[in-house]
Amino acid sequence: MTSETRRIDVDYLARVEGEGEMHVTVVDGVVEDVEFGIFEPPRYFEAFMRGRSYREAPDITARICGICPIAYQMSSVHAMEDAFDLTVGGTLRDLRRLIYCGEWIESHVLHVYMLHAPDFLGYESAIHLAGDFPDVVKRGLRMKKIGNSIVTTVGGREIHPINVRVGGFYRAPTKAELAPLVEELQWARDAAIETVEWVAQLEMPKVEQDFEYVSMSHPDEYPFNEGRLVSNKGLDIAVSEFNDAFVEDHVERSNALHSTVRERGAYHVGPLARYTLNFEKLRPSARDAAFSAGLGPACFNPFQSIIVRAVETLQAIDEALEIIDGYEEPAQSHIPYEVKAGEGHGASEAPRGMLYHRYVLDPEGLIEDAQIVPPTAQNQLTIEDDLRVVLEDNLDLPDPDLTWKLEQTIRNYDPCISCATHFLRLNIERS
Amino acid sequence: MAHAAAVATKPKLAVYKFASCDGCQLSLLDAEDALLDVAGAVHIANFLEASREVVPGPYDVSLVEGSITTPHDAERIKQVRAESKFLVVIGACATAGGIQALRNWKDVDSFTSIVYANPQYIETLQTSTPISYHVPVDFELRGCPISKEQLIEVVAAFLQGRRPNIPTYSVCVECKARGTACVMVGAGTPCLGPVTQAGCGALCPAYDRGCYGCFGPMESPNTEALEMWWRELGVSDRDIVDAFRSFNAWAEPFREASDRVEARLTVTGVTE
Repeated sequence: MTSETRRIDVDYLARVEGEGEMHVTVVDGVVEDVEFGIFEPPRYFEAFMRGRSYREAPDITARICGICPIAYQMSSVHAMEDAFDLTVGGTLRDLRRLIYCGEWIESHVLHVYMLHAPDFLGYESAIHLAGDFPDVVKRGLRMKKIGNSIVTTVGGREIHPINVRVGGFYRAPTKAELAPLVEELQWARDAAIETVEWVAQLEMPKVEQDFEYVSMSHPDEYPFNEGRLVSNKGLDIAVSEFNDAFVEDHVERSNALHSTVRERGAYHVGPLARYTLNFEKLRPSARDAAFSAGLGPACFNPFQSIIVRAVETLQAIDEALEIIDGYEEPAQSHIPYEVKAGEGHGASEAPRGMLYHRYVLDPEGLIEDAQIVPPTAQNQLTIEDDLRVVLEDNLDLPDPDLTWKLEQTIRNYDPCISCATHFLRLNIERS
Repeated sequence: MAHAAAVATKPKLAVYKFASCDGCQLSLLDAEDALLDVAGAVHIANFLEASREVVPGPYDVSLVEGSITTPHDAERIKQVRAESKFLVVIGACATAGGIQALRNWKDVDSFTSIVYANPQYIETLQTSTPISYHVPVDFELRGCPISKEQLIEVVAAFLQGRRPNIPTYSVCVECKARGTACVMVGAGTPCLGPVTQAGCGALCPAYDRGCYGCFGPMESPNTEALEMWWRELGVSDRDIVDAFRSFNAWAEPFREASDRVEARLTVTGVTE
């Protein structure tokens, strides 16, 4: 009796941010092992931040990720403000939400149009897609640009903005600076509704997973910067209790740390978790768009994340319009505070999921200890679970098609591997 | 087959990533108005962040983001050089080692044990170094992140066979052009603008903060004069060291300045 091993290697996964790999072994039609590895070189942020000033944390941690720098800036300033017992409210809080709306729009549209949709339609890239559907790709690029324009107007530039600081901003934008955003946002609003309709028609693999979804939850708002950490399996904790509920492990195949819920295991952060745990907090426009796309108030098919990203894009656009409409220039660009020793925790909802920061500061505000838990590290085990299910459902596919399907499964998570390391190789072995 | 013929004659562009945040290659995707024109003018033959398609080299222009931090990457960059007619390195990581070059002053094993429970799984070099330490490069485009306008200029220049028009003067020139009042003279805010290369458009002073040097040292910067000025503003030597040791810490003029001030710290025993 001969044993058949199938093996497919993809050493550098495409259309993800950073460097990762996948290794799969199938022996006689049975899935033996699935590994999603991250080999992005370690950059040691948590180590070299020791001894640096709390003031530098938003600028330094932004450099963990060029796609979601605002998320790093927000989680870090909230952690520092927690250590200083400082609350930033009012217009400055609105401005933080506005710049985060910009990052959600830019990052979600990048993923929906340029990284994910080509998988559903069988194109190698959005540039190939643009050959047949130029107007669709141009719509995406214009939407992405408006997200970047918001970040640039409030933050100075789209990648590694320079205006976010502990206590608020270095300079608050003027009404006149924000006003030109409105016309493009109104166009983008219609474009976002068209985007939801467009992605709702894509052929969705039928996969339902029993995820433990984890996201932030705020009493009145769809979560960005504030709230408790909740799950659909009973978790409900303050951000400061993160390390009581979650544990990070270091395994051989990865330069990222794996996170699990203590004594339960893998969990899932990102748009699907936010949507399912906070559906009633979505704006009516976003809920309507979701219903017309055929979604219910909960969604457990990871492939449908593309629809939820489109819905969240509409949410962010309407939120941005509302903030700009009500904007009055604040009397001060940042709130004064007193530096003191202590520990601070901060979490915010990056486009690809919850991002937790913790810092211990000395009396001068120098960082003694830093802990950063990015969304993709938290999703790593869940991605492996999905790969196993999709692999088992598609063993009859020839290797190139199966490889592509598995890549698409990973891209459902918009993985940011630069973040998670603080990289992806796809390698399928069949026996 | 008109399409295939067109592809065959277009110059081939490749984009590579080493240790970095992805932000500089994202700048190409962020050039929303120019992206489809660029895709029309060149054949984007190898750009993994954007496409599954990988057309084998050689390439006419390769853009390289990131620094060299692992034994594997130190070998990989030689292969990239061998396949590339012009090698253009982009961003502070590729031109200066990036923020991760802060390890160069420390023992990397102690860093590994701070971040990772099982240091034996981690393979890394003692230093984070720029691409030019490993292979000859044809152009270095500065910035953390790079300016997308400068990126388009550099790609266009190499395709047209000319030198890129990238100024090497300081941020101060851009502040004057923009009409921003000097934050150091006016508000007494410490600013690295006088020693930092232009390219950002003098952003930070326009947002009421001092430049923090993300485009790296200008041509022939006078770091000693700046150091004295900062001291007069009451900045501690410890903070001056940290200011030079950020995203372009390992760029020679900034490295020398930080080492000089740090030596002074050690000599005088001042540990502010």
